[in-house]
Amino acid sequence: MSTVMPYRSPSPPETAARLLLGLSADTTDASLQTHLERWGALPRRGPELVNELDASGLAGHGGAWFPVAAKWRSVAAASRRRPVIVANGAEGEPASRKDALLLTRAPHLILDGLSLASETMRAHRAIAYVPAHLRPTVDHAVAERRRRRMDAVEIEIVECPHTFLAGQETAVVSQIGGGRRAALPTFQGLTPVRERGVSGRPTLIHNAETLAQVALVGRFGAGWFRSVGATDAPGTMLMTVTRATGTFVVEAVLGSSLPQATGVTDEELATVQGVLLGGYGGGWVSTRDFSQLPVSEKPVRRAGSTLGAGVVALLPRDVCPLAEMAAVVRYMERQGAGQCGPCIHGLADLASSMEALTWGGPGSVRPERLAEVCHLVEGRGACRHPDGVARFVRTGLQVFADEVIAHQRDGACARVRAPRVLPGTGAGGTPPATRPVRATPTRRLVRGS
Amino acid sequence: MTTRWKLELVVDPVACDGRGVCAEVFPERIERDRWGYPIVEDADISPNLQEHAVRAVRSCPKQALHLVERRC
Repeated sequence: MSTVMPYRSPSPPETAARLLLGLSADTTDASLQTHLERWGALPRRGPELVNELDASGLAGHGGAWFPVAAKWRSVAAASRRRPVIVANGAEGEPASRKDALLLTRAPHLILDGLSLASETMRAHRAIAYVPAHLRPTVDHAVAERRRRRMDAVEIEIVECPHTFLAGQETAVVSQIGGGRRAALPTFQGLTPVRERGVSGRPTLIHNAETLAQVALVGRFGAGWFRSVGATDAPGTMLMTVTRATGTFVVEAVLGSSLPQATGVTDEELATVQGVLLGGYGGGWVSTRDFSQLPVSEKPVRRAGSTLGAGVVALLPRDVCPLAEMAAVVRYMERQGAGQCGPCIHGLADLASSMEALTWGGPGSVRPERLAEVCHLVEGRGACRHPDGVARFVRTGLQVFADEVIAHQRDGACARVRAPRVLPGTGAGGTPPATRPVRATPTRRLVRGS
Repeated sequence: MTTRWKLELVVDPVACDGRGVCAEVFPERIERDRWGYPIVEDADISPNLQEHAVRAVRSCPKQALHLVERRC
């Protein structure tokens, strides 16, 4: 039996800060006690929760923006076997910090969502999938919940490595299943993980933030959820914003303007040469597009990019955009699973070509060549890794088209040696070990012998 | 209501190592990219091509090519 919660049901937050309510720099209290005082006891569950989620219009915050209620129904309809529910806390994207923030500062909100989903769907297992370095806080939170017997399905923790691909759905399944190729994507054929995942069971994998949103919809209802945001994009989302002054997480109202949501003024935007949305598998937009786009997946998609898991990185004018791109593409190539031929060869080619383009000079590499390779890798991996890199490169070449021309004409610009500003790419983007060779010297050698 | 099914040619990109036998056996639909890996031009396989597709699937030394029934 669950213990009786002596807490009043708190009134729902009326501000845009929902998930981040009460999280300020000077409070680090992530205890269950504080959580229950702030949010009240675990709310209603069962079929009416699914209807409530449906009415709320909540979509997944891991990057795919799939409607949550539809996902639950499809998992429930997939088989008679009881499903496995996973809270996906793997946040391999170096420019994203929002899931780590929630896991360390508000773990119980995520676990509430996991618990609600598991009880509603009569789950066989409920799993918190977290990177090893964040495990201690989640361990502590799960222990607190066990003592109070809060969850109908006991929550297990499965650790994952902190790699770019560890959060891909099939990688999650292989890591939990303890497969030979742990935490790497696998080929699923035409059967989605929703129908056949962990131990062959239907498997519902939600991004950590999505489950935190579920916990709030469960408590305060669809009407409250929709009270902020746009009709076709209701609610809020967490965004990780990287700018000259540092990286921080904001809670943005969907449908509001991107600069407003991220607190970027016109003066600041004037110091920026392009904006990366959706992370290293996302796409670049011009500052002009950035200033006009809303926080909403559909229009951002039409502009060639994606909100993905909410990454916004402002690239200042005093760095070389091509060198930054080259560093990211090299990083993404190294983070590849090394399993699918087109991705192995295509990403290596794109990384070398971006480096050659950065160091530039007449005849180095044609941008059309990169576009061809982008086309060749798209849709040809077991996971979406190559597709993301292709979008990153293609949009970058468009947004920084003038830079591409200048580098081709004059060679590397003076800014290539500036320190990289995009996070986590390591030493990538350094001059290619073998400079792009021009055809003439080789010919001369052969002829002159 | 009758359920209609169609056949679809699917490459398992993890298993495939680009030997190219499939493209030789079934050039009507499969060509090779610059690294030798198969590109399936049009994955929907009509009944008249089914025999060729099955032969391509059987010929793959890595068993990386699949003919999958999909509800349509």
